[in-house]
Amino acid sequence: MSSVASVHSLWTIAAEAPAKIPAPKIEYAQLAPALIVLGAAVVGAVLEAFLPRRSRYHAQLLLSVLALAAGFAAVVGLAAGGFGTTKAKITAMGAIAVDGPALFLQGTILLVALVATFTFAERRLDPAAHGKKVDSFVAQAAAVPGGEAEKAAVKAGFTTTEVFPIALFAVGGMLVFPAANDLLTLFIALEVFSLPLYILCALARRQRLLSQEAAVKYFLLGAFSSAFLLFGIALLYGYAGTVTYSGIARVVSDGAKQIDPALADTMGNDALLLIGAALVLMGLLFKVGAVPFHMWTPDVYQGAPTPVTGFMAAATKVAAFGALLRLLYVVLPGLSWDWRPVMWGVAIVTMLGGAIVAITQTDIKRLLAYSSIAHAGFILAGVIATSKDGISSVLFYLAAYSFVTLGAFAVVTLVRDAGGEATQLAKWAGLGRRSPLTAAVFAVFLLAFAGIPLTSGFTGKFAVFKAAAESGAGWLVVVGVVSSAIAAFFYIRVIVLMFFNEPKADGPTVAVPSPLTMTAIAVGVVVTLVLGLAPQYFLDLAGQAGVFVR
Amino acid sequence: MSFPLLTATAAVPAIGAIATAAVPAARRTAAKWLALLFSLATLVLAAVVAVRFEAGAKGPFQLTESHSWIRDFGVRYELGVDGIAVALIALTALLIPFVILAGWHDADPLEAPAPNRRWRPTQGFFALILAVEAMVVISFEATDVFLFYLFFEAMLIPMYFLIGGFGDRAGADGEERSAKLRSQAAVKFLLYNLAGGLIMLAAVIGLYAATADQLGSGTFSLTEIVQARADGKLELGTGTERLLFLGFFFAFAVKAPLWPLHTWLPGAMGESTAPVAVLITAVVDKVGTFAMLRFCLQLFPEASSWATPVILVLALISILYGALLAVGQRDIKRLVAYASISHFGFIIMGIFAMTSQGQGGATLYMVNHGISTAALMLVAGFLISRRGSRLIADYGGVQKVAPVLAGTFLVGGLATLSLPGLAPFVSEFLVLVGTFSRYPAVGIVATVGIVLAALYVLVLYQRTMTGPVKAEVRTMPDLKARELAVVAPLIALLLFLGVYPKPLTDLVNPAVDHTLSVVDRHDPRPDVAVKADAEAAK
Repeated sequence: MSSVASVHSLWTIAAEAPAKIPAPKIEYAQLAPALIVLGAAVVGAVLEAFLPRRSRYHAQLLLSVLALAAGFAAVVGLAAGGFGTTKAKITAMGAIAVDGPALFLQGTILLVALVATFTFAERRLDPAAHGKKVDSFVAQAAAVPGGEAEKAAVKAGFTTTEVFPIALFAVGGMLVFPAANDLLTLFIALEVFSLPLYILCALARRQRLLSQEAAVKYFLLGAFSSAFLLFGIALLYGYAGTVTYSGIARVVSDGAKQIDPALADTMGNDALLLIGAALVLMGLLFKVGAVPFHMWTPDVYQGAPTPVTGFMAAATKVAAFGALLRLLYVVLPGLSWDWRPVMWGVAIVTMLGGAIVAITQTDIKRLLAYSSIAHAGFILAGVIATSKDGISSVLFYLAAYSFVTLGAFAVVTLVRDAGGEATQLAKWAGLGRRSPLTAAVFAVFLLAFAGIPLTSGFTGKFAVFKAAAESGAGWLVVVGVVSSAIAAFFYIRVIVLMFFNEPKADGPTVAVPSPLTMTAIAVGVVVTLVLGLAPQYFLDLAGQAGVFVR
Repeated sequence: MSFPLLTATAAVPAIGAIATAAVPAARRTAAKWLALLFSLATLVLAAVVAVRFEAGAKGPFQLTESHSWIRDFGVRYELGVDGIAVALIALTALLIPFVILAGWHDADPLEAPAPNRRWRPTQGFFALILAVEAMVVISFEATDVFLFYLFFEAMLIPMYFLIGGFGDRAGADGEERSAKLRSQAAVKFLLYNLAGGLIMLAAVIGLYAATADQLGSGTFSLTEIVQARADGKLELGTGTERLLFLGFFFAFAVKAPLWPLHTWLPGAMGESTAPVAVLITAVVDKVGTFAMLRFCLQLFPEASSWATPVILVLALISILYGALLAVGQRDIKRLVAYASISHFGFIIMGIFAMTSQGQGGATLYMVNHGISTAALMLVAGFLISRRGSRLIADYGGVQKVAPVLAGTFLVGGLATLSLPGLAPFVSEFLVLVGTFSRYPAVGIVATVGIVLAALYVLVLYQRTMTGPVKAEVRTMPDLKARELAVVAPLIALLLFLGVYPKPLTDLVNPAVDHTLSVVDRHDPRPDVAVKADAEAAK
């Protein structure tokens, strides 16, 4: 008996009392927003498989709207329960933070997604194909453009109702992204929302090659940036011996206390910290669309179906800036002397680069893409403030900006000619004469982009610049103001084109949308004006939400 | 709580703008009458403000209103008027009905059936005029820097649409070319003013950061900041104060406009219709000079004194350069525009002379220049609408064909050159005396501007109104009843204020004295008296 044991002890050691692997304790209620949305996405995928084709559209639309509304209700419930302020905590074994910024951003993302879903579901703009109502998405994504299969699919009146569950998956990822509290969760959330977006980009009904090219470009560059991010995560793990935000932050501020024997050579090595942090930042700046990681933006914005562009421009920016804020404020505050000068530079080239290149654009979607780059620069100015005001001003700016963006892209879907959406700027000449109301609404959005007082754009810009100035970045404010002046030029140019130029004989017409798109545009206008005239309530909300949990 | 009179004065034209814009496309005339009605209601309210205002009462501002607005930014909805603001609100409210009346047919659609039933240019034109009025009035009333800034910037948008969207009926160059020139002028106007405004925004944020840093909570309240500076609680530091002053002054100098930031004005006034040109130079630009008095001097007294020499030189250049270029103009409206640049030079010189006569005269000048330019420009507009050309050379001998038109044009012109007996003389004299008493050399050089003014006005009159009657002018009708209703009251007012300016000076002087006391500058004692005193002492 004993000999057997001794023999075995040559290559085994008696296990200690079976190690206690703690059963993960998941606080489902506090993760409800993301869980509801992701659950609905799974249900949507199943519906896609089992429902007959004719009832899919209505079922999917209903499911999406209900899921997003329920998710928003869950966010409101959590915020009302104090999770945004006093009861802010880290849940899911340290993977997810439930705090003010997370809830504020999740709420914004859910509302943005809800409004975007309306534009996804619009079926009155494109002329009916063979008697069947169609939306802006391709009949059958797998069919080769221009091929027989495509013709057959169009003839059969197929529509890609998969976009609804795909978008829900993206939203689910976006909800986790700004709440992620360790680097691996961050990475997984990034992939969960990026992959569906790549697919959505490829699904345009018209100009499919352009759309697919945009998707491929987005995918390749996105994969690059993901790789950078992952490499950065690996280096940071090597430096800190952990991937949790608070763990890394502790090592950054206090130095490595308990050296993990496996990482004895690397832990506490500042080179790893700096390179790793830079790579992770690069990955996030790519998603944000900051110069010099902005190259994908114009092509993808132009090629993607316009409702997707609107959704992507608004929601991705919210999610990515949320993650960037958390990374800089929770993980790397001890390093702020190192990253602030770099981010200063990035903010300056982003503001100026976006504004200057936008001047030469001749396509409205590309113009809005460059404008979104310039806006990323303005938001970065608030991020750099490293103060509570900085957080809340960025939160406010994101909410204000995303609804203007959604509204603007929704208007772009209305202006059409025989070839679909007429996105060349030259075709917009005289739009104010043909459709004064549409042009006026678009002008409101443009003025908000330009930051003219009495619109949400001004309030947001004032908030971020104020935060930047108070943190001593006076010259950044001056650069911001100068690039605002440059940016104003091209917004004004579009207004000139719409109102002061004679309409062309073969110009586009403005389609009359269904109540869905109308709701989306109306929401955009109302939010733009309310946040411009009476922003106090929302500033309070953003102010209360401006504290990260660690 | 008392009736919010100041809010009402701004709200009535704003409501009028919305109401006018909502009138259906077919009811054009109704829209015009509605706009006129609202502008008259505003005038009544402005008159009530002037009556309720007690000149010389204690405290810098009266009829004040104060409500919390955007707490996070320290912004309050704070209104209040001093004598200067009352005078300018009255000017604005007075001019708008005439502007509306003069532009009665300026925005009628060219082709009978409109291209779209929603396309309502006429309604838009009058709604935009009322919107500008509302924003100008509230920026005269605002005592919160942020509130002022909001409307100072926001008024650019309706102004921009007025300049770019509406022009004179096809000039000699044809509709397409004039539309192009017009939209260029509108864009230039907007970009200049927006750039000025954005630079001011940086200064506004800087001011907030300074107050938040030193007072504990940021504030934009003019009275609070002035008080805190007087008590020594708020120390800006010389460098910061100068930078902030420059940020504010730049925006106001673009708006005013001061040489070399003036280049947007001739285009904007030349390409827009005469009523819109009056709106630009007589109403909107006054916000710039007004804001120099209210914000630049009171918020940054030391920096104002520091910058005075440079600003005086720029003002002098404006006076002479504007006048010289006016002499050389071939286009009637651009001539008036350059004349205005010269006059704004006088106003700014008066403000920065830092004497009570200079600043009182400058305020009076703002009012009188508004009335006299309105008279000259609107008559010029009537003339241009008859012939379809803005070129001086296209006219000749008009006084034989249309004597009333020529006569009113002459009175407007004489007011512009500050003939004694007409209102502008009083203000120009005060500005020159006020400047001379502190900066004699500047005062002397500025006087040359008066001589040049006589030159450009009289040559303009001589070339257009006298001489042989040109063939195209022969059938020109004289002023109609509507046009007379515009011009006659303005001329009457010019005569009245020229003979009896006391009501205006009584209104303005206490406010000017208050401003000077904030800046801590006092009138220089007269040299002669000092010598006499010294001799008497011996």
